[in-house]
Amino acid sequence: METGKNKNAIIIPLLAVLSGFIVGAILMLIFGYNPIQNYGSLFTGAFGDIFSIGETLRNMTPLLLTGLGFAVADKAGFFNIGGPGQYLMGWFGAIVFVLHFKALPGIVLIIGAILVGGLCGSIWSGIAGYLRAYFGTSEVITTIMLNYISLYYVNYAIKAWLAPKGSDSSPSIPSKASLNTAFLQHLTNNSTFHWGFFIALFCAFAVWFYFNKTKSGFEIRGVGLNPSASRYAGMDVKKTIIVAMLISGLLAGVAGALDGIGNYQNISVSNSTPSVGFDGMAVALLASENPIGMMFSALLFSALQIGGLSISVFSTTPSEIVNVVMASIIFFVAIRYAFEILLAKGIIKKSNKSKEENN
Amino acid sequence: MSFTTLLMTLVSSTLVYAAPLIFTALGGTFSERSGIVNVGLEGMMVVGAFSSIVFTLDFDKTLGNATPWLAILVGGAFGLLFSLLHAVATINFRADHIISGTVLNLLAPGLCVFLTRIFYSGKGQTPVISQGLDKVTFPGLSKIPFFGEVLFTRTSLIAYLAILISIVSWYFLYRTNIGLRLRSVGENPVAADTLGINVYKYRYMGVLISGFLGGMGGAVMALTITLNFSTNTISGQGFMALAAMIFGKWHPIGAMGAAVFFGLAQSLSITSAYIPLLSHVDSVWFQIAPYLITIIVLVIFLGKAVAPAADGTNYIKNK
Repeated sequence: METGKNKNAIIIPLLAVLSGFIVGAILMLIFGYNPIQNYGSLFTGAFGDIFSIGETLRNMTPLLLTGLGFAVADKAGFFNIGGPGQYLMGWFGAIVFVLHFKALPGIVLIIGAILVGGLCGSIWSGIAGYLRAYFGTSEVITTIMLNYISLYYVNYAIKAWLAPKGSDSSPSIPSKASLNTAFLQHLTNNSTFHWGFFIALFCAFAVWFYFNKTKSGFEIRGVGLNPSASRYAGMDVKKTIIVAMLISGLLAGVAGALDGIGNYQNISVSNSTPSVGFDGMAVALLASENPIGMMFSALLFSALQIGGLSISVFSTTPSEIVNVVMASIIFFVAIRYAFEILLAKGIIKKSNKSKEENN
Repeated sequence: MSFTTLLMTLVSSTLVYAAPLIFTALGGTFSERSGIVNVGLEGMMVVGAFSSIVFTLDFDKTLGNATPWLAILVGGAFGLLFSLLHAVATINFRADHIISGTVLNLLAPGLCVFLTRIFYSGKGQTPVISQGLDKVTFPGLSKIPFFGEVLFTRTSLIAYLAILISIVSWYFLYRTNIGLRLRSVGENPVAADTLGINVYKYRYMGVLISGFLGGMGGAVMALTITLNFSTNTISGQGFMALAAMIFGKWHPIGAMGAAVFFGLAQSLSITSAYIPLLSHVDSVWFQIAPYLITIIVLVIFLGKAVAPAADGTNYIKNK
């Protein structure tokens, strides 16, 4: 039984990815585009040369971190949809810190920015954790609300305090505080690849270690599986809830900070909450929240996004097709029960799947 | 600006912003009353907005003045089709409701912008429609002194319709057999099933009505406020409608009231500059207010006991 379950843990995501690509292909065929050519340019766009690889890995960094953040909360039984807000607060905090303490040496600025960003993210998620633990308020609602509060607050703060008059962006940070160094630019043919990538990988291993090897990580999983049993076993459920939410927001905040000082180098007014927060959910769900598996799902989604840009360069196909593929993949992960039935019957019929896709 | 004109502007802009929220929040109410959590309202609105704009652009020459009204129904129809995904995933395939709803939110903008680029020669936004929903002055009612001018002059007809629909929804959910059954599968599907109520059927009904109303909400948004379709047409209104539904305690009239209140907050963020006492308050406070107030109300007054008891749980029928 156990081995069968493990086998499904790999097969179902793979089937979901495959089905997602098939949905994309069908949609392209319907509108007269060539799926083979487009998936080809998607692949070259994501991995074709050292520049593209640099871009893909750079884009993977926040996806992996927001995904890890979502996973930590979800393991404890909390649906943290606040990734976008926590990411934005982390980004904002990091940029404010660097701009405020410009005179400090580069390394202090970088470490400080990452810490401040993480702190801002975890304060933002901590609010939701605290309200859930002590008032029973649904974290789904509070995190959604906090997303929009952060969006309007940050927009306002940028205009009121950071941006020069008439501009919608803060000044850029000094280059000594940037994670995108000349060395890496030289190495990756001037891509936006930055050191944050390695920090994200480190975080993935750290989260894996935390869940599997520490008492606190064990408690989080325990509370997620069965809060009552955990309470009888002597765990402090309220504390565990808040710890899980703090770590979750910390990771999303670090994602924002790394993007801020690594990729964007400033912060601008935006119309909508950063989509990377939601994309992180997709990363976590596809990998069943396994930190190591999430490295691969983050790489896949990042490749889709970066490679997707090339689709519209080499053909007239709109690059939004990759968003449809991504959403479809998660849809198929969500209806894993359908795959389980098909696997249990020992047959995966193509016809059945395409029926679901057409819905 | 005279006091009456100011009040008229405030009321009519409140109604304009509230109308899409009322429709969508009512949609959420139907879905969640049947036991299916619906965080996918945003996606349903996107689909409704897109399809209504495409319809208007294609048919306004032939259909004339009726176009925007038909476009709202078209938006509803496509919202309904789109909500089928959520229904199939959650009702038949036991998907987590929130994940499935999130899929709708991820899918809708991607799909609709994809189609926009195909239909409108590669552009990420549609042309602006020549005819949206105009403001209406009610004949007769507008002659009432003071109130006529404040409430019924140059105002949003669709918002009054939305309020009417919320009353109809209340009657449907609380005073008819079908409504009672729909609520029962959201409270206790096992008990409902033992009484011979087809749980799946009523849950489908809840989700599809929600798709229809959510699509209409998106269409109203596009036809009254943005007048074209792009990725920014729907930016958070679905989530605000979700908040309105919760703020209104999953009750049609409550949801409508909350939506009007949120409409007021949005309208104040624009009109406050003309109001003597409020002109010094930064508009950011009015933008944040609906969200902040929802959290505060949830914490202080609601707790978690008011959601339908089986909201968010999958019903697995024992064979």
